[in-house]
Amino acid sequence: MSIHVDGVSKRFGDFVALDDVSVDLPTGQLTALLGPSGGGKSTLLRIIAGLETADTGTVTIEGREATHLPPQKRNVGFVFQHYAAFKHMSVAKNVAFGLEIRHRPKTEVKKRVAELLELVHLDQFAHRLPSQLSGGQRQRMALARALAVEPSVLLLDEPFGALDAKVRKELREWLRRLHDEVHVTSVFVTHDQEEALEVADEIVVINEGRVEQVGTPDQLYDAPATDFVMGFLGPVTRLGGAQVRPHDIEVSTDPGQPGAVPGRVVRLLRVGFEVRLWVETAPSEEPVSVTVTRAHQRQLALGEGSAVWLSPTSDATRVDAVV
Amino acid sequence: MTSSLTAPSRARVRGRARGARRLGAGATLGLGVSVLWFSLLVLIPLVAVLVSAAGLGPKEFLDVLTNAQTAAAIRLTVVQSLLVTALNVVMGTALAWVLVRDRFPGKVVLDIVIDVPFALPTIVAGLVLVSLYGPRSPVGIDVNNTRWAVFLALALVTLPFVVRTVQPVLETLDHDVEEAAASLGASRLTTFRRVILPSLVPAIAAGAALAFARGISEYGSLVLLSGNLPNRTEVASVRVFTYLENGQKGQASAIAAVLLVVSLVVIVSLDLIQRRVARRG
Repeated sequence: MSIHVDGVSKRFGDFVALDDVSVDLPTGQLTALLGPSGGGKSTLLRIIAGLETADTGTVTIEGREATHLPPQKRNVGFVFQHYAAFKHMSVAKNVAFGLEIRHRPKTEVKKRVAELLELVHLDQFAHRLPSQLSGGQRQRMALARALAVEPSVLLLDEPFGALDAKVRKELREWLRRLHDEVHVTSVFVTHDQEEALEVADEIVVINEGRVEQVGTPDQLYDAPATDFVMGFLGPVTRLGGAQVRPHDIEVSTDPGQPGAVPGRVVRLLRVGFEVRLWVETAPSEEPVSVTVTRAHQRQLALGEGSAVWLSPTSDATRVDAVV
Repeated sequence: MTSSLTAPSRARVRGRARGARRLGAGATLGLGVSVLWFSLLVLIPLVAVLVSAAGLGPKEFLDVLTNAQTAAAIRLTVVQSLLVTALNVVMGTALAWVLVRDRFPGKVVLDIVIDVPFALPTIVAGLVLVSLYGPRSPVGIDVNNTRWAVFLALALVTLPFVVRTVQPVLETLDHDVEEAAASLGASRLTTFRRVILPSLVPAIAAGAALAFARGISEYGSLVLLSGNLPNRTEVASVRVFTYLENGQKGQASAIAAVLLVVSLVVIVSLDLIQRRVARRG
């Protein structure tokens, strides 16, 4: 286990940020700490980095007890949401910082900086100032700077949070490829479930200061342990007292299946290749949300007012709803 | 991917350039008023002083400056102002640091009191200094009629400048940046020297320039305590005043011109230092 967090709690005044959290983060993997804002995931990351101290509990990094080590001695690379660039230094100087303060020979520093800038595709921007780079470029510079000191773990705090949607998507695909190349144990914090599902080897879902579930993206998506995890990882709707994903509901225009719930389409919305339906099953209940393909909708000739029968598909992910 | 990421920044630069080129009617009026105001208050009187000094002729001009008493006064003024500026660079930055970073009882009071030397009429400041460090000093320190009096008076009146220029910059400094340096292995001292200080240098330089300019022109706060002894504690502005009192306007202007040049040299060099440090990092 590369990072071992045991029984960590942290309070800020009356607010409980972390409540007896224990996590093991394996070597060489890319792990996502996923959860809503204010759920404690950033605090956990900062405690691992030594930027925050735990009230109770221990942190072990690569077998070394690190609970009371200052950040300087943890050999941890940290990437911040807002880049934390050294504004008065060129891109190359930023990347060289960690090596220069370690008094590495100049030729070695130069060589390593050149390698890293090539790795993050910033070689032609070496002499620019951070203010002359775009957000995505700045974050790649910050990543190169963190990697320069060959950290045993790389920690990224909402690394793409300040970027616009397109760049964010590009950058996370790039981060995945980079990780496959560099293999440094990495932990990143995100509140974006799509980002976590797409990039991470393993996801730790954190909510209200507690770990809800740990698992691979498939495990979490297919077998959520709690209705919170189910709801956080993707859209959910209620059908017959259970939480189901809208695309795991079978729609038919006749009462074929036994136990199918009858209803009427009250609203229909087409978004690209999919069609979202809202089906009223009982006047007192919230309409059930259903997603079907455009072809399926055409085939069944569904429109507002159509009578339909709904049943969960046989392999549907479902969690019994807590009433 | 790289090209798609550079596009926005290039567009931004172009947008700014276009904004700067165009001047609307309102902006033209604003610029006109500013230039007129600046000319009336600063440029024209400055030129008048220079013209008046030039009226002396080269020989007389040199005579004024080589006069032992005048030369001593100018030297004293410049040296003491430089010393006080150096002191301010250190103490002002330290004070700003304490005010921004530390929490202690009385912080709000200190934050307000810092400005008192700036707000105080200079002659009142002089009076305060005399009663505290003069002949009947309650603390047993008597610097009356010594160069320490000049130094002390200048240190008092220039105190707020560096503090007030550095403080806002320090307040807006990202805490992230220090944490980033720490996680890269930098000690607190290294972080301060390599990361924080370079960000403060422009503000420190600006404050130092103000402090120096104030120091070289100071009159009211030091006349009482320094005793204005020729060749020992007499400063340039006192010398100017004496010449004027004797009706020697040209001679007074000659000293003024020299002070003007010294000020310019110091302010320009501070700017150059600041640029160099900012670039090197």
